[in-house]
Amino acid sequence: MRKLLAAILVILLWNACKFNTGNKKTLPILGSRQTATKMVNGQSVTDTIYQTIPAIHYINQYGDSVTNKNLEGNIYVADFFFTTCPSICPIMQRNMLNVYNAFKDSAGFKIVSYTIDPQHDSVPVLKKYADKLGISGNTWWLVQGPKDATYTIAKSYLVSVEEKNPAGEYIHDGFFILIDKQKRIRGTYDGTKAEEVSKLIEDIKMLKAEPASATSK
Amino acid sequence: MKLKIIAGIGLLLVILIVSCQSEEQLEFDRYYSAGSIVYQSRCQNCHGAKGEGLQALMPPLTDSAFLKANRALLSCSVKYGLNGKVSISKKIFEGQMPPNDLAPIEIANVLTYVTNSFGNKMGTITSQQVEIDLRKCR
Ligand code: HEC
Repeated sequence: MRKLLAAILVILLWNACKFNTGNKKTLPILGSRQTATKMVNGQSVTDTIYQTIPAIHYINQYGDSVTNKNLEGNIYVADFFFTTCPSICPIMQRNMLNVYNAFKDSAGFKIVSYTIDPQHDSVPVLKKYADKLGISGNTWWLVQGPKDATYTIAKSYLVSVEEKNPAGEYIHDGFFILIDKQKRIRGTYDGTKAEEVSKLIEDIKMLKAEPASATSK
Repeated sequence: MKLKIIAGIGLLLVILIVSCQSEEQLEFDRYYSAGSIVYQSRCQNCHGAKGEGLQALMPPLTDSAFLKANRALLSCSVKYGLNGKVSISKKIFEGQMPPNDLAPIEIANVLTYVTNSFGNKMGTITSQQVEIDLRKCR
C-alpha cells in the first residue's frame, strides 16, 4: 500500500516536472563550456564553445571501423557494457531495445554501445551477442577499441567506468547518453530505469525535430 | 437462543475449516512472498519482471514443462549456476547463469515464487526439499 502511494507520488511529481518543461521545447546542452571571442567585420563577437565528444576510432560487430565520420550528422545514444556482465547490463539492454525498436527505421539515428572489456569482447563475440539480442542492420553498433580511449570517452560523457572489482566484475554507471548532431551532450538517463528510458525516447523525438539554427545558441 | 448456538457452532466450523486449509496455504504464502523479494534482487535483471527473459540471451521462466521435468535440478542450477545448451520454449539457449550465494531457505523461497508465477503452478518447494536436492548436485 505504501509502495502504491509512493508510486502515485512519483507519478505526480513526474507529471509536475513535465508540465514545467512542456512549453520549453529544447533540451539543455550539458558538459563544460568555454567562450571565445573573435573579430568579425571589425566587431568582436563572443561565441560559446560547448564540450563535444572527442574523436573515436573503434570497430563494430561487423568488423567495420567506426569513427566520428561515421557518426556525422547523426543523433546517437551511447552507453557502456560488456557481454559477460551479470548485473545491470541485461536491464540496460532490455531498455535499450525499446529505444532501438522506436527508431531502428529512422535515418540519422544510432546507438553506440562501448564495451569496457575489449580483451574478451572481440568482434566475433560482439556479433554473436548482437545476434542473440536480435539486432541487425546499422542502427545499433556494439563497438570495441582501446580501453584507455574508452575510459577517456566515458569521462567526456560524464560517466564513470572503473577497473574490475575483487569479484572480477567491472563497475560502471548504467547511463545512456544522448548526443546531438554537433556531438554535444543533450541528456543523461539511468538506463536501468524504464521511466527514464521512456523520457529518453521522447527527448530523441524532440531533438530530431529541433531546427538546425536553434542548436547554435 | 437455539439459533444463536447453531450460528455459533457454524461459525466455529468455518473458522476451523479455514484455519486447517490455511496451514498449508500460509506456508505457501510465506515462501511465495519472501521469494518475490529474492527474485527482484537476484533474478529479475536477467529473467525479467514477468519471467519473459531477454531475446536469445536470457531464457524465459515460463516453460512449465521444462520446470516440472527439472524440478529436482532447479536448486542446483540456482546455487551453482548453469551453462551449456538448454532448450526452453522450443528455443536453444547457450548462455551462462552465474552461481548465487543463497541459503537453502532463500532458494526454496525463490523457486516457490518462480514455479508459481508467470503461468507456472507447481506448489511449494520447501527448504527441506532444497537441502535434499542440493546434496545430489553434480
Ligand atoms: C546474469 C543473468 C542471470 C541471473 C542473475 C539469473 N539467471 Fe537464471 N539463467 C540465466 C541464463 C543465461 C540461463 C541459461 C543457461 C544456459 O544456457 O545453460 C539461465 C537459466 C535458468 C533456469 C533454467 C532455464 C529456464 O529458463 O527455466 C532457471 C530455472 C533459472 N535460470 C532461474 C534463475 C533464478 C531463480 C535466478 C535468481 C536466483 C536466476 N535464474 C538468476 C541467466 C541468469
